[in-house]
Amino acid sequence: MMEEERKGFPSACPAPSAGREHILLAHGGGGRLMSSLVEKLFLPVFGSRQLGARHDGAVVEAGGRLLAFTTDSYVVRPLFFPGGDIGKLAVNGTANDLAMCGAKPLYISAAFILEEGLPIETLSKVVSSMQEAASAAGVSIVTGDTKVVDKGKGDGMFVNTAGIGVIEHALSIEPASIQPGDAILLSGDIGRHGTAIMAVREGLQFESTIESDCACVAGLVGELLEAGVEIHCMRDLTRGGLGCALVEIAETAKRGIKIEEASIPVAEEVRGACEMLGLDAIYVANEGRFIAFVPEKDSAKALDIMRAHPLGRSASKIGKVAEGSAGLVTLKSAVGTSRIIDMPSGEQLPRIC
Amino acid sequence: MKFIDEYRDGEAARRLAGEIRRITSRQWSIMEVCGGQTHSIVKFGIDQLLPHHINLIHGPGCPVCVTPLETIDKAIEIASRQNVIFCSFGDMLRVPGTSQDLFSVKAKGGDVRIVYSPLDAVKIAKENPGKEVVFFAVGFETTAPANAAAVFQASQEGLKNFSLLVSHALVPPAMEAILSSPNSRVQGFLAAGHVCAVMGYAEYEPIAQKHKVPIVVTGFEPLDILEGIYMCVKQLEEGRAEVENQYARAVRRGGNRHAQELMRRVFCIVHRKWRGVGSIPASGLGLAEEYSAYDAEKRFGLASKSAEEHPECISGLVLQGIRKPFECPQFGKRCTPETPLGATMVSSEGACAAYFRYRFMKQKAEAAESLDGKRG
Repeated sequence: MMEEERKGFPSACPAPSAGREHILLAHGGGGRLMSSLVEKLFLPVFGSRQLGARHDGAVVEAGGRLLAFTTDSYVVRPLFFPGGDIGKLAVNGTANDLAMCGAKPLYISAAFILEEGLPIETLSKVVSSMQEAASAAGVSIVTGDTKVVDKGKGDGMFVNTAGIGVIEHALSIEPASIQPGDAILLSGDIGRHGTAIMAVREGLQFESTIESDCACVAGLVGELLEAGVEIHCMRDLTRGGLGCALVEIAETAKRGIKIEEASIPVAEEVRGACEMLGLDAIYVANEGRFIAFVPEKDSAKALDIMRAHPLGRSASKIGKVAEGSAGLVTLKSAVGTSRIIDMPSGEQLPRIC
Repeated sequence: MKFIDEYRDGEAARRLAGEIRRITSRQWSIMEVCGGQTHSIVKFGIDQLLPHHINLIHGPGCPVCVTPLETIDKAIEIASRQNVIFCSFGDMLRVPGTSQDLFSVKAKGGDVRIVYSPLDAVKIAKENPGKEVVFFAVGFETTAPANAAAVFQASQEGLKNFSLLVSHALVPPAMEAILSSPNSRVQGFLAAGHVCAVMGYAEYEPIAQKHKVPIVVTGFEPLDILEGIYMCVKQLEEGRAEVENQYARAVRRGGNRHAQELMRRVFCIVHRKWRGVGSIPASGLGLAEEYSAYDAEKRFGLASKSAEEHPECISGLVLQGIRKPFECPQFGKRCTPETPLGATMVSSEGACAAYFRYRFMKQKAEAAESLDGKRG
């Protein structure tokens, strides 16, 4: 479609079409550009039913059992940041993706792409941290791979993890399962990971250090399932944050979503950082937060379970699934007016003034 | 959060909106000058709280939107060169030039970096003595002092590999130009609070007198904007045309003297082209003779080429408040934030992007929902 549109433009057209011939950083930002890459390039070619479900992982059958299967690559800079490091992130991120399919994470792979010159000590620290995170998440790292690239061809190290988990319930946890009237529960305050990373990366100093929320939420999800909460869909709020997660689910399910700004917890220091940088916290990345869509009848019970868990203390109900098939997310603002939550093109850019 | 929540209180907002409704007896058109205010108005839905006969016109105060196409092309040309580290504020990277944007230059291997302060670019210059480091100095009076400080620091330290691509614009001449246009519908202004924090507001007094328009220096939070509108409407209803200061917690009549002195030392006032609006005399800042060695255009010997805007883009009319974004035939059709025809659709402060993000989608939703209702 883009090609067709471009042909119609005169040569002086200022539309940034030339950039679309190359991958831009924004294609990896979790926003509209990435979504269109998935829809227009990957899906038509790979075309499996599981990919089409647009979920955090795939649900597959093997030997009569339902398994969840997922993979994710980690390219975070710096490798170590307040609240975590690339290793902890890689284990928790993959375990969380499995948990979002309603699976109990079991096995994880670890693949390393190392840049020539990386201190062995750095690698050793990352590996220890991965094992620590795996023990805490109750998963085993069972296979792996190591490659080394020339100096300058990698950012210290990149880590890929894939994971397998087992599904022990009969629910279909995916965007298509959400129903009008479903309550949307958020497991905790948002925006910590993204602002923590940005603060270290850019040398921004705040009164208190903002720590990443990097953690494995599989235990908490397990408790919800064990208690019989009828979960319709879950999504962890990584790249693109709460905003992109809601838009993706609304668009996939073709349902409307209504949320209330006042009910979304954001820590003081994160709000301060976002105000300063001109960022909207609802699009900032998290690594230990998720949303769950549950029937209204189960929402009080689910909230109690979340709040009793160390990772869900500030959990709240932020909104509900609306009637209608518009696939749009509407936010009621603090001053009582409403606006649409859309997916940004790529990552948010700090404003000029 | 302290100093934020107080200005976003829903109850107080509704009370102020009620006061505005109470004192408004007829149709008034008020322009908020600054893109930051436009962003707040649309983000918080402030216009939804106002009576129908208050018409808000979105002004030209978005630095991303008014930077001329030619300057973007120059930035792209410099950034594409070997041996250059090109530093810019983040939101300039997505602005379309004639054939590409700075993000594309980066994708093709150009060293384009997002910085948060021009002083970061000075630091990069110090750390990379073998490279030419260029900072894209855009913005209004708000960003000018920091950019002046960067040049001043570079000259104090004798840095030879640092320069600025300058495209600074000044707000009062643009307000004059808008008021002098025969098409102008503006009856009152909300002046840009942060610009006035630097410059003060004495320079707006002759404009208010000459054109008989009230000008209210206004902040950026919902209650600031509502109070600014209230003060402006009150003046209009009472037939007054004065400069008043709503944003007194940040703005003094004389402004920030230190910042002004630094600006005067490093910059001089120049003719300036505003994207979509045209040339406005004495409406920009360029490097003063004494600091011309830091002028990237001179250093890289760039010739001025004129560039044509997309013929279908009406951003000029939008920036002057003559048209609303949705009055453009291409709005939301060929022109979207992913495929912008003009700069006002790019920046988060651009009127078109703000309308698209928060409004257009909603209209689509309502249309779809009413269709659902009919089907049901």
